[in-house]
Amino acid sequence: MLRVIGKRLALLVPTLFGLSVLLFLWVRGLPGGPATALLGERATPEAVARVNELYGFDEPILLQYFTYMGKLLQGDFGTSIITGRPVLEEFATRFPATLELSVVALIFAIGVGIPLGYMAARHYGKLVDHGSVVLSLIGITVPVFFLAFIFKYLFAIQWPILPPDGRQNPRINATHVTDFYVLDGILTGEYDAAWDAFQHLILPGLALGTIPLAIIVRITRASVLEVQNADYVRTARAKGLMERTIRSRFILRNAMLPVVTTIGLQTGLLISGAVLTETVFAFPGIGSFLRDAIFELDYPVLQGFVIFIAILYALINLLVDVSYSVIDPRVRVQ
Amino acid sequence: MSTVLPPAAGGPTSPTTDPSLAEGGGTGLWKDAFRRLRRNPQAIAGAIIIGLFLLVAALAPILAPYGGEALPGRTEITPTNIPGPGELAEYPLGLDRFGGDVLSKLIWGAQASLLIGVISTAIGLAGGMLLGLLAGGLGGWVDSVIMRFVDILLSVPNLLLAVSIAAILGQGPYAVMIAIGASQLPIFARLLRSSMLSQRGSDYILAAQTLGLSKRTITMSHLLPNSVGPVIVQATLSLATAVIDAAALSFLGLGGGVPQTAEWGRMLTYAQRELASDPYLAFLPGACIAITALGFTLLGESLREALDPKTRQK
Repeated sequence: MLRVIGKRLALLVPTLFGLSVLLFLWVRGLPGGPATALLGERATPEAVARVNELYGFDEPILLQYFTYMGKLLQGDFGTSIITGRPVLEEFATRFPATLELSVVALIFAIGVGIPLGYMAARHYGKLVDHGSVVLSLIGITVPVFFLAFIFKYLFAIQWPILPPDGRQNPRINATHVTDFYVLDGILTGEYDAAWDAFQHLILPGLALGTIPLAIIVRITRASVLEVQNADYVRTARAKGLMERTIRSRFILRNAMLPVVTTIGLQTGLLISGAVLTETVFAFPGIGSFLRDAIFELDYPVLQGFVIFIAILYALINLLVDVSYSVIDPRVRVQ
Repeated sequence: MSTVLPPAAGGPTSPTTDPSLAEGGGTGLWKDAFRRLRRNPQAIAGAIIIGLFLLVAALAPILAPYGGEALPGRTEITPTNIPGPGELAEYPLGLDRFGGDVLSKLIWGAQASLLIGVISTAIGLAGGMLLGLLAGGLGGWVDSVIMRFVDILLSVPNLLLAVSIAAILGQGPYAVMIAIGASQLPIFARLLRSSMLSQRGSDYILAAQTLGLSKRTITMSHLLPNSVGPVIVQATLSLATAVIDAAALSFLGLGGGVPQTAEWGRMLTYAQRELASDPYLAFLPGACIAITALGFTLLGESLREALDPKTRQK
């Protein structure tokens, strides 16, 4: 098992190396060059010349690449143009918010998606099935930012039962230990702060979780449909096993493989959705920061973000592969 | 396929010259798929939706009461009030914050969105198929190099890849098209390559090799036509993604042009502030994006079903 993980991590190296070359060339290829990227569009020629000298942008390109790589490996992603602080530091302060949001979205998507998909397959052709198929089709075709608008309008404006934006009511004087606001509230015993932070997570979490939900429903449904007529299920029935055992040990477990792959893929994609969702709900996570970075063309942030996401994405995929062998003993043997 | 029966009563006619089979047989893969599509209500619904939007997009100059960026209602709006749907007879769907006619903008927006969606998917399809063809056709180190490149592109989520590319190309519709096209390229490359690889050991390829056909002829006239099925299905589904992603990019401010540009994603960006007072400004363009995406998804999935050998016998 460890060897498999090691091998997968080793395979990651060439991909990340290639990505770093692309990103390096990307910033070098910007109109106005990297100095403009650092200083912004409205930089004076003198300032550009000064930055070129200071950062060594006038040196040979290969040398520049090695300098850049060296910094990258030490975790130096450069400085944000918007805030003037190191990119990595900016990510570190904002990532907990996005992670918290993603967890809520995923719990919603998995918690509703798997049972719904399973029920749809069990009652194939019945009302539950048709309903879930239509629902998942809507989930796939409605853009996440539009869905966010609908939720915000319905539950924060029309019937104001949930907060429309932000991460926590600024009037609550909450203590922050971990930067995960809900967890902070529970740890410090400030339950009202935890509850308030959680309420702020509901609407963006539901909006963000709808696409993965729709996809999980479809995959679960298709997978259960395929598995439930398999020969080994018939054999299990013939053996006289209890229906509950057949369903949980034979059908559900075997149907889970493609679902786990899907969940992994969707977890990686949540970040793209977070950019849009956080924008609508003014949620101060990494997504809304990226939106500002796009608006202001903050290249160090964009560059750092792409690498950050690529690593995250790869780690999630690795996790998926590892979980295969937990679910499916056949994979373990190979 | 069981539909090809030997000619009855010992006649020496081959299946292709027999008129009864040529007309009603529908033995070709695509002919067969098309026949099944016509009977699928899901496919019909998708086709009607797309047909309607295409019609609206094509006839935009005739249908739209005003120009896309025109602000005919400039004088009607005040800081506290934007006339909504039905309030003024000359603007049936109301005005936006700039004084633009919402109905006209939705109609011109259909043109913009479909154009961006189709062109960007065409870019992705062309680039992806070229890479896939090279990788699957030539194999060896070309295959390895291309697939590593595709892996790198796949290591970043689609939308972020598009955002990064659009950011470097500068803002504007062309940047959005190229960015979305490039972000879709890896899927097409992979699909075509794997589809070609799976066909490689088939009997008909072996037959072509035995006949002594050149590798190029085999690849181009035998392997490629038999491998494009999954790619075409994916392209139809990608059209939905392209329309949504284009709206997302312009929602994030990468679309370029003036703020009042008639583009669905852009309309949503500027609807944020007036969500409480004028929700229709967000709901109308949002619904347009969703319905267009629905049309392409329905059609794409029916096509997948129609081409799937598992369901084809039905």
